[in-house]
Amino acid sequence: MVKAGAVLQVLPSRAAPRQRRFPWGSIGYWVASLLFIFVSVFPLLYALSSSLKQGRGLFSPALWPEAPTFANYSGVFAEQPFAQNLLNSLLVAGSVVTLSLGLSLMAAWAFARVEFRGRGLLLMLILSASMLPQVAVLSGMFELVRAFGLYDTLGALVIADLVLTLPFTVWVLVTFMRQLPKELEEAAAMDGVGVLTLVFRVYMPLLWPALVATGLLAFIAAWNEFLFALTFTLSTEARTVPVAIALISTPSGFELPWGKIMAASVIVTLPLVALVVVFQRRIVSGLSAGAVKG
Amino acid sequence: MSRIELRGISKRFGDTPVLNDIDLSIAAGEFCVFVGPSGCGKSTLLRLLAGLEDPCAGEIEIDGVLVNDLPPAQRNVAMVFQSYALYPHMSVFQNMAFGLQHRKLPAGEIERRIADAVRILQLDGLLQRRPKELSGGQRQRVAIARAIVRQPKVFLFDEPLSNLDAALRVQTRLEIARLHRALGSASMVYVTHDQVEAMTLADRIVLLQPLAGRNDAASVAQAGAPLALYHHPANRFVAAFIGSPAMNFVDATVQSLGDGRVLADAHGMLCAAQLSPQGLAVGEPVTLGIRPEHVLLGEGAQRARVSHVEHLGEVSHVYLELPGVSTPLLAKSACDDIAIYDVLAFDLPAQAMHLFRADGVAQARGDAAERSVAAVNG
Ligand SMILES: Nc1ncnc2c1ncn2[C@@H]1O[C@H](COP(=O)(O)OP(=O)(O)OP(=O)(O)O)[C@@H](O)[C@H]1O
Ligand SMILES: [Mg+2]
Repeated sequence: MVKAGAVLQVLPSRAAPRQRRFPWGSIGYWVASLLFIFVSVFPLLYALSSSLKQGRGLFSPALWPEAPTFANYSGVFAEQPFAQNLLNSLLVAGSVVTLSLGLSLMAAWAFARVEFRGRGLLLMLILSASMLPQVAVLSGMFELVRAFGLYDTLGALVIADLVLTLPFTVWVLVTFMRQLPKELEEAAAMDGVGVLTLVFRVYMPLLWPALVATGLLAFIAAWNEFLFALTFTLSTEARTVPVAIALISTPSGFELPWGKIMAASVIVTLPLVALVVVFQRRIVSGLSAGAVKG
Repeated sequence: MSRIELRGISKRFGDTPVLNDIDLSIAAGEFCVFVGPSGCGKSTLLRLLAGLEDPCAGEIEIDGVLVNDLPPAQRNVAMVFQSYALYPHMSVFQNMAFGLQHRKLPAGEIERRIADAVRILQLDGLLQRRPKELSGGQRQRVAIARAIVRQPKVFLFDEPLSNLDAALRVQTRLEIARLHRALGSASMVYVTHDQVEAMTLADRIVLLQPLAGRNDAASVAQAGAPLALYHHPANRFVAAFIGSPAMNFVDATVQSLGDGRVLADAHGMLCAAQLSPQGLAVGEPVTLGIRPEHVLLGEGAQRARVSHVEHLGEVSHVYLELPGVSTPLLAKSACDDIAIYDVLAFDLPAQAMHLFRADGVAQARGDAAERSVAAVNG
């Protein structure tokens, strides 16, 4: 949703026609934009609004709640270990981002700079790993997780999420790394630095924009991941937020606590919004201008 | 003492031979310049010395140590890249310090070396800047400074001036010459395709020739002092490459042989050449060569019409039409009142003539040639 808004800002505004004709063009442009904004923002607004309603109010379609209340928000934290779930999500997403950037930086160096037999094939294999639907790898992954003794721990989620994020982080970083001048690496060789120093002290600072962009996407993927999290965790304390939200229930168990679910969803979205806002500039520059010329 | 020895070096990329059979020794403290036409393998040879490429055959010895299997950092060489290859995200100071820190030198020593380099290359006040905040000339100096602080035994320069404008190029050329004197014992190997750089900087020029796919030819066309290549080119390729504008060549046949003298007939024009007649036979087809600056205008028995003139200010390039020869004879002249279609007297002094046999090998010229040419010019 936030991304949609950012795209809209970037769209060039039409130049006003010289002659005074009826401005069909710009009216159409504004109508289309408003429609687009409405469609993309409405669900968020609706969630926000519902999260502030309670009891009977939930059944009124009005966007502005009659008696706004934060009871749902406090309820979410009171009735289950939601803070723990948030922390879990943060841990999982944070480790996934760190690991996938670190691993894919090294992999990208190998793919972009080292010539070895089967390089193209391996790169294609990595990409095709991300083409399988999640369900297809689920059972195999479950066996792996059990074999490693990671069932019902956050480690299981980190490993499983890496399967989702690594293919695209590797691919993006390979592309960016290929654009960096080869002389830099040769200069580093003359300076006598090893591979790790080269990758993390020379290439990493130069790939910073690309790293921010891919890191953010990896974070979002891990933060919102549901299927693995549902399958590989059992206890409430090991759950991540998406699973916790889905399993929110009332004590009676007969009605869906819409208000609390919406409150939890809003809470979960906020960190993503904050991240995107903070790194927005970096993402754009990362995806457009990649190479850094000396 | 940092002597470089190359023995039987060859390099192929895939099936394409690039360098063949190079034997070369570069003395300690020598300024050695590799020149040659584009694509002849100058950079490749330099990168072989640096350790960025491996030779297919042959041995490289630096300072008495066989370095074939040593990584670049352990060869005691420093390279200045054509594109500078400064680390864009580091300040000038960090660029210089990076390699030293990596070698675990004490901080005081690093500071001292950098301070020295800054003084030599006049980089004061730039230490905290990023490379993108520097001009081309400043970046070039930082790249050289980064090489200096490593205190290598050998400096390798790959066309370091080709990205600079003409004025800065002259200035930096002088700086490099000064640097070479200041650093004394370090050898420098310098790649360029600019003759002026080669002639002015080199103690010794190594002229490489393109192999053009042949496996049998040697890559080094000639190696020697700049003036030796100018006055005593070993073959026609060297004669044509060294000197600007290039030497005139005229096909001829040997008419008669004398003592230290050869008379040749070039399309009816009789030319005497003062050089060893050894191995020549009367009637043998040869090529005569003479540099434009040695053709004398306004004297002598020959006559020719001016087909084109270029006035450069300090000299004029005069193109003379010779009967039966398609390419005009180029002469350099100090007179700037020569006009097209003038008919001029000219002379080809015997002591300035070069003579090449059919296979391109030059006929040996006497040592007197240089002195007498100087006399002609004076
Ligand atoms: N990595 C490589 N793979 C294949 N061929 C190469 C490679 N590097 C260089 N060559 C070929 O080797 C030859 C010599 O290249 P090199 O860069 O040494 O030329 P050079 O003399 O430095 O030319 P220039 O004056 O244009 O810089 C060229 O024909 C080039 O195409
Ligand atoms: Mg080159």
